[in-house]
Amino acid sequence: MKSIFKVPDISFRAYRVWQRNRDSYKRFYKANLIGSLGEPVMFLFGMGLGIGGYLASMEGVSYIQFIASGIIMVTAMYSATFECTFGSYTRMMGQKTYDGILATPLTVGDIVMGDILWGATKSLISGGIMLAIIIIAGLMKGPVIFIIPILMLIFLVGLMFASMAMIATALSPSYEFFSYYFTLTLTPMFFFSGVFFPLEKFPLIIKGISYLLPLTYAVNISRSLVTENFSYIALSGFPLLLALTIILVIVAVNMIEKRVVK
Amino acid sequence: MSTKTMIIAKNLVKKYEEITAVDGISFVINRGECYGFLGPNGAGKTTTMKIINCMSPLTSGNVLVCERHVKTKPREIKALTGVVPQEENLDPDLTVFKNLLVYARYFEVPSNEAESRVEELINFLNLSEKIDSHINELSGGMKRRLLIARALINNPEILILDEPTTGLDPQVRHMIWQKLRQLKKNGITMLLTTHYMEEASQLCDRIAIMDKGKILIEGNPVTLVEEKIGKEVLELRINNAMENELLQKLNRFEFTHDRVGDTLYMFSRDGRELLQYLVSNDYPLVLHRPATLEDLFLKLTGRGLRE
Repeated sequence: MKSIFKVPDISFRAYRVWQRNRDSYKRFYKANLIGSLGEPVMFLFGMGLGIGGYLASMEGVSYIQFIASGIIMVTAMYSATFECTFGSYTRMMGQKTYDGILATPLTVGDIVMGDILWGATKSLISGGIMLAIIIIAGLMKGPVIFIIPILMLIFLVGLMFASMAMIATALSPSYEFFSYYFTLTLTPMFFFSGVFFPLEKFPLIIKGISYLLPLTYAVNISRSLVTENFSYIALSGFPLLLALTIILVIVAVNMIEKRVVK
Repeated sequence: MSTKTMIIAKNLVKKYEEITAVDGISFVINRGECYGFLGPNGAGKTTTMKIINCMSPLTSGNVLVCERHVKTKPREIKALTGVVPQEENLDPDLTVFKNLLVYARYFEVPSNEAESRVEELINFLNLSEKIDSHINELSGGMKRRLLIARALINNPEILILDEPTTGLDPQVRHMIWQKLRQLKKNGITMLLTTHYMEEASQLCDRIAIMDKGKILIEGNPVTLVEEKIGKEVLELRINNAMENELLQKLNRFEFTHDRVGDTLYMFSRDGRELLQYLVSNDYPLVLHRPATLEDLFLKLTGRGLRE
């Protein structure tokens, strides 16, 4: 148990891994962007306008506006997760990219941190574009200056889900494993983190569970920044997410190290 | 430790749960030397190389590379080393040029210097035509050459080659040998594993023959063959009964022998008289040839299959 929480050896060289991922992304970015933005955009307008047509308002704002803030977070979650499950697993197992990098002065800590930073960068790209769409659609009601903390939040959520995904990657015997991970971890967050409906009316048990899901805190912060309902209480989720992310990074490095260093 | 010495390993042990891959080996590798590890599959060659390059932590013992301990200075040691791995792990997402450039960044080679170095290495390994190709467009031989170019990107003091020519055609193999000899002339220290005895004879100043995690013998390949095998080998395809009869008649000659399947091998320092006797007595002589490293290898590690 202790070895999972060992302080990892991470240096500035993680940036070199980030650069490598950026260079290879340049080749596929179009397909990649359509893949990670198509669904959230359709959710936003499909559900927002479709269901929104039947609802006067939700928690005092229009339905499309209610879900817009949550969908930014969902976009960030999925982008980082895809990158650090399928992407990282391919680099680790299929392409042996990790082995190649380990023959250089980089450590497992640098590689994992580089991949996590890259996963978060992809969250920032797709989440940032989502935010732009929301602003253009006139759904952003918070002050313009809030764009900065929203982008910071997107990046933090990216780091958190990228680290979580790296842990799944460390445990995964094959690609099939990730369908469990998506179904058992991401789908519950998608439905029970207050993205599409307020948590207040859920039965107590589900409400309790939802407060164990980190995405709930991210959605609350996002909603507080995007809608008119700004709340300091929601912002208190920031340090919580940050602390959780740090722990997840440490565990991810140690678990990948166990897998690749024999 | 003198500056003449590059690598010192003492009682090196590596255990994977139940299996002991390397079982207490010690060796010293000098600066500018080419040192070869030979041995059947599973002998512990690759593991030894991985420990030297800090890719795999040792279980016990001591390894110093350039006066740095593998346990405490892995980043420094890896900065001084270039590795050509047994299993190709080029980056399929990048072009030939980008593969090298990205690798240069891992070593913090300044970017203007990196570009000229990449071009120099691409020329050195005759890959100029493929500079913008992706990895899946390269043949096996090109991939191996690119791996060598990649291993040289940081101007390493030590070059580790894990079966550098396995699976390549003779043309590429000879070209790679040429390049490696050229590098050696420039003073690089080389560590090599190979299954090709000819490769070891061509390149290595010293070899260590390993089996089951131990070093069985170490030394200059030519001297070792002469000492342990002799100069010449006679191969006769005769049955057991004939063999006993023949060996009795050959009492006066000095040689050692070994039977494998249908063949009797006779090793001697000066086989001329022996040969003359066999020819004049009409024995079915199959082959008369110089003794090689392969004879020594098979003598030491046996002829049983390992896998």
